[in-house]
Amino acid sequence: MSPPVLPAEQVLRIARDGDIVAARQAGRLMASEIGFSRPEQALIATAISELTRNIVSYAGTGRLSCRAVQQPRRIGLRIIAEDQGPGIPDLEAALRDGYSTGNSLGLGLPGTRRIMDDFDIRSAPGQGVTVTVTKWTSC
Amino acid sequence: MAGRVAILRQGRVLIASLQEALGDSDILGLQSDILRDVIRHRATGVIVDVSALDVLDSFGTRTLADMAAAVQLRGARLAIVGIQPDVAFSMVLMGLTLTGVATARDLETGLALLTGAGE
Repeated sequence: MSPPVLPAEQVLRIARDGDIVAARQAGRLMASEIGFSRPEQALIATAISELTRNIVSYAGTGRLSCRAVQQPRRIGLRIIAEDQGPGIPDLEAALRDGYSTGNSLGLGLPGTRRIMDDFDIRSAPGQGVTVTVTKWTSC
Repeated sequence: MAGRVAILRQGRVLIASLQEALGDSDILGLQSDILRDVIRHRATGVIVDVSALDVLDSFGTRTLADMAAAVQLRGARLAIVGIQPDVAFSMVLMGLTLTGVATARDLETGLALLTGAGE
């Protein structure tokens, strides 16, 4: 099988409800073009849903970028969600199951960390949030 | 105003089928529409068919759980039917389990569960 042609990077503006749906559809399509299995596509779409909802709920607006990343023996999909919102004062707490400052289950961020392979979050009060996650193909 | 999700009625059971590209506000709209219809039609059961959904994240799961709890407080029962295997797998890894909410594999099984047929 010839290696897949990697899809081009996509950057989406996230500002409202409908953008969450559009972002997870775009991410899922990209994941399938890269060669992820259907269960993996579902994980990626779920992660995008969580990250973009956090933007809409806590910052109002932000952006999501998805791009293919290549290493010698594997291909990945890297997703970066960033906003210039109020930021997260206590990152450690935000990554604990069941912690939420909003009206939610508090499983979005810790769940996203569980379902993706690489997870990095940067934030400071007043400085917005940047979450970078990567899923690698299993081949 | 009626929401974007159509709610059908079969006897005393309401059936709502969620469509693929459903936004958060649509799910919230369904939540209030369902409660309104449960009262209006004296429904004893509600089926929410999610077989067209390819993602059920923490918001969707919480909204469904809230819906089930509110319907139960009205003396009716709610069953979620048709969670796709990939969606179920991803929910479990996320830690989203819908504990205490009735589920069934498809509409037919869900109807039997709520109407007591086949028990």
